[in-house]
Amino acid sequence: MAIRTEPFILNVGPQHPSTHGVFRLRVTLDGEVVVDVEPVVGYLHRGIEKLAEGRTYTQNIPFTDRLDYLASMTNNFAYVLAVEKLAQIEVPERAEYLRIIMAEMMRIASHLMAIGFFLNDLGAMMTPVLYMWREREKLLDLFEMVCGQRLTYNYMRIGGVSQDIPEEFLPALKKFVAEMPTFIDEYEWLLSQNEILLARTKGVGILPRDVAINIAASGPVLRASGVKWDIRKADPYSIYDRFDFEVPVGNVGDCYDRYWVRMQEMRQSVRILEQALEQLPGGEVYAKVPQLLRPPAGEVYGHIEAPKGELGFYLVSDNSIAPYRFHIRPPTLINLTALKDMVIGWKVADLIVTFGSMDVCLGEIDR
Amino acid sequence: MKFERYGIGIAKGMAITFKHLFRPPITVQYPEEKLVVSRRIRGNELVWFPDRCTGCATCAKSCPQGNIEIATHVGSENNYVVDKFELDAGRCMFCGLCVESCPYEALAMGVSYEQAQYRRGDLVWSKEELQPLNKRPSGYARPEIEAALPKQSLLIYGDKERDEGGQKLRLIPLSKKRGRGV
Ligand code: SF4
Ligand code: SF4
Repeated sequence: MAIRTEPFILNVGPQHPSTHGVFRLRVTLDGEVVVDVEPVVGYLHRGIEKLAEGRTYTQNIPFTDRLDYLASMTNNFAYVLAVEKLAQIEVPERAEYLRIIMAEMMRIASHLMAIGFFLNDLGAMMTPVLYMWREREKLLDLFEMVCGQRLTYNYMRIGGVSQDIPEEFLPALKKFVAEMPTFIDEYEWLLSQNEILLARTKGVGILPRDVAINIAASGPVLRASGVKWDIRKADPYSIYDRFDFEVPVGNVGDCYDRYWVRMQEMRQSVRILEQALEQLPGGEVYAKVPQLLRPPAGEVYGHIEAPKGELGFYLVSDNSIAPYRFHIRPPTLINLTALKDMVIGWKVADLIVTFGSMDVCLGEIDR
Repeated sequence: MKFERYGIGIAKGMAITFKHLFRPPITVQYPEEKLVVSRRIRGNELVWFPDRCTGCATCAKSCPQGNIEIATHVGSENNYVVDKFELDAGRCMFCGLCVESCPYEALAMGVSYEQAQYRRGDLVWSKEELQPLNKRPSGYARPEIEAALPKQSLLIYGDKERDEGGQKLRLIPLSKKRGRGV
């Protein structure tokens, strides 16, 4: 009698350490080989888009903190930029610089987290994460100094930022900017040539260039596939056209390239921070905006390059104090649609690695 | 898969571990020792100054959660007398919008962050519980309070001496016993 085998279904998550939140992957396996993957989302759904329709434009800023909670500052940034575009509000020069400084600090913090947990998924249990957390902690200290909290910053306001930075902020940030390249060197020295990392990530989970473009991927996931697309360069918002930086791109689109692109982006962020600190002007940080803002009726789409990709806010106004429609384009939800193409035919262990290299954040996927 | 550089990665990892043997620890033994928090901290507490409050309810209108409940009646000097000022900390997200919007600086965030309770009902703060008797208001959106609070301890200066005044990383020792009981 011949032995008959059949595929079986394995649920990875919703409570699984490498799903980075409450997320479930329904994996169909043939032995150890992945045949099919079906992501199940929605465990963290809070209905932010609907809640936002009942609140004023300013009251929605704290809600944007709860999207991608590892990069709250950039969520604030994207939202206030969209509202400012809708209501045509000018932002003072100093506030623009402060926003850029915060956004780039946030990018470093988010990438540190992404790389650290990616290595955790590889099996480098907690050791690299702790080195990266040490640097992230320094950034969180600075955010706490500016806006009083470490995770949900609620710092940007329509027309500027909520408060000016305290005087001890700039020396501390300058010290961080001076030190950070040596820490990135240390990570790269430890990791980038490590044979286990290379063996587990080189050629694994390849996302071809054309697939990446077709699914509208963005951020490091897209750039690792060799597409030079960064909204900071392609459609400069705020004052990004004043800074000199490069957009690192990978060439294969495997897990190693995604790791490498994030590493290089941190170096570029340090470069932007250096320039922004040099040019930082004095003056006001908040343009006088009415408390109950009534933007003219119309619609707007504002997008920025968040650490994880293109974060967009689509707002429709009917000239009342609350948005008529509030839609979020979360980068990681759209990047995640590529997962199926990337993992079929690979083993379960590679599925975890590939998923880790996408750097998803469930707060943003389920919103 | 070839293992060309086998062993080098382990050697590098060990080298970094070895380097860390000579570094001072940066861990803080919470809750026995605590770092000094930011002067603008939005702790899990709000402080309400009844003598400054006019009962205008701007704070209640600006709260995204509809969290502040105010009831007033007109007093003898044609003013508002606040009968009820209630705040549900269980629904509050400590965003600070109410504090920013108060035109009379009658509301401030608090410094404390240890406000866990066993019952949800205990999280609702009444007029009396919100008063600044044993509370420390924080400097969030209140520059005068901010100037008087101690400086935040920053990991970036680590155990090394700081530039101004040569301060060390400050730790506030609490009780020697582990855990504080209920
Ligand atoms: S806004 Fe200030 S003054 Fe007005 S009711 Fe609230 S706490 Fe009182
Ligand atoms: S801190 Fe925010 S959520 Fe809490 S009462 Fe004030 S405005 Fe409402």
